[in-house]
Amino acid sequence: MSATTPFAAVSAARSEWLQPHRIVLIAIAAALVLSAAIFMRWDWLPKYYDLALLGIWRTIWILAVTVTLGFMLAVPLGLAQAAGPFWLAWPAKAFCTVIRGTPLLLQLWLLYYGLGSLFPQYPWIRQSELWPILRQAWPYAVVALTLSYAAYEGEVMRGAFAGVPRGQLEAARAFGMSPWKRFRRIWLPQAIHRALPTLAGETVLQLKATPLVATITVIDIYAVASRVRQDTFIVYEPLLLLALIYLIITGILVFGFRKLEAKIPSRLG
Amino acid sequence: MRRTTDIEHLLNPLLQTSAVELLAISPPGWGANLLRGLTNSIQIAVGAFGLGLAIGIAGVWGKLYGSPVVRDLMEIYTTFVRAVPELVLILLLYYAGTDLINRALEQFGYATVDISGLAAGIGVLGIVQGAYATEVIRGAILAIPQGQIEAARAYGMPPGKMLRRITLPAMLPFAIPGLANLWLIATKDTALLAVVGFNELTQETRQAGATTKAYFTFFVAAGVLYLLLTLFSNVIIGRIERWARRGMPPIAETGR
Repeated sequence: MSATTPFAAVSAARSEWLQPHRIVLIAIAAALVLSAAIFMRWDWLPKYYDLALLGIWRTIWILAVTVTLGFMLAVPLGLAQAAGPFWLAWPAKAFCTVIRGTPLLLQLWLLYYGLGSLFPQYPWIRQSELWPILRQAWPYAVVALTLSYAAYEGEVMRGAFAGVPRGQLEAARAFGMSPWKRFRRIWLPQAIHRALPTLAGETVLQLKATPLVATITVIDIYAVASRVRQDTFIVYEPLLLLALIYLIITGILVFGFRKLEAKIPSRLG
Repeated sequence: MRRTTDIEHLLNPLLQTSAVELLAISPPGWGANLLRGLTNSIQIAVGAFGLGLAIGIAGVWGKLYGSPVVRDLMEIYTTFVRAVPELVLILLLYYAGTDLINRALEQFGYATVDISGLAAGIGVLGIVQGAYATEVIRGAILAIPQGQIEAARAYGMPPGKMLRRITLPAMLPFAIPGLANLWLIATKDTALLAVVGFNELTQETRQAGATTKAYFTFFVAAGVLYLLLTLFSNVIIGRIERWARRGMPPIAETGR
């Protein structure tokens, strides 16, 4: 596929990473960072240090929880669309279409403002033991982000389940495996392996969706940066630092997924 | 005559539910506001997608045929934009962009301007879309069979003509699924401009909800509008794709 002569030359040149122009670029970048550190205002940093750490922790926590829950939902959603009977496939497809067809911000506000304003009208909800939780913002954030991730990833899993070679499943049946064992040992692992590269991309997209929860008063790292801006009227410094933090988290995610992909043997039937 | 009044009588309780009144187009209802928000959203999405496409084509030119420095700068641009949340980029570019333009105007002795929300929104989302478009188009160009480009070179076509006659038409079938996805992302990303206070659909909806306290009704209505936009786009995209793939063998699986 990529046996294209001029671009092969490019990639050969790329193997030599540290070229003269790169050293110049790195020097310029270092100078920019240094001047930013010296000439911009960072005196607010010690005051908000603890809050920022809490914000980073909360961002990562929301990301981890919603990705885990979302993936657990995505597996049945994908399976229902790939192999389910129509009364399972159709609702799953409708769910994916609706969630993927509307903005996440709107879903978040629909849950938080919409359901949040409906719930108090029912006395039995207000008297239930869940009420102290439902009055907070984070459950709505977790639910909205989970559903969003499940819908996008469900679509990916549909393709992954459908793409597992038929012969593999037939061989499993010939071995006399029960349907559940077949699913657990053959179908799911191969589908996940197929979905893994997309999974990394979707997880980065999910990280990029987390700052939306700040709009419903959840204090993540984005909300901390906004608060610094409002308190001190310093605009650029918190935003630049915020961008850097997201860059680092994205880098860690991409690196982690690459390690995970390398761990799984890629020779498949 | 009597029959219709009977039906009206039967439906009256349903029609007089608050949702219908709230969503009416005429002033006591908020339907007109929502539709105005929708047109604003579509305007931004079209503008941002167009700008993103232009940036994308320029970016691909830089990435594939540019000097090493240009190539590295493009790599930094696409990596940075794709790793940082859109919301942060919007704030960063919105504040920095308007600030820089006004400072530049002051330097040259002009009066400062208030940059309209529409222009700022298109600019910001266009820069975000440009990074993704660069990657989509780059992948599509790399997917063109090399022989076609070599044949064009052998015919002695200058680069501009080769781009117009061979590269662009040949890459289109590979690029359209990715670009279609980008368009759908553009329509949904316009909602993020609500955070900087621009009156697109989500912001209008929130205002309507805040005034009437009927948040649920309005957000569901806005969701339906977004969904209709997506479904309508899908129909158009399907047509465009069929047109771009004309003369090519059909794909076995509709894997989009």
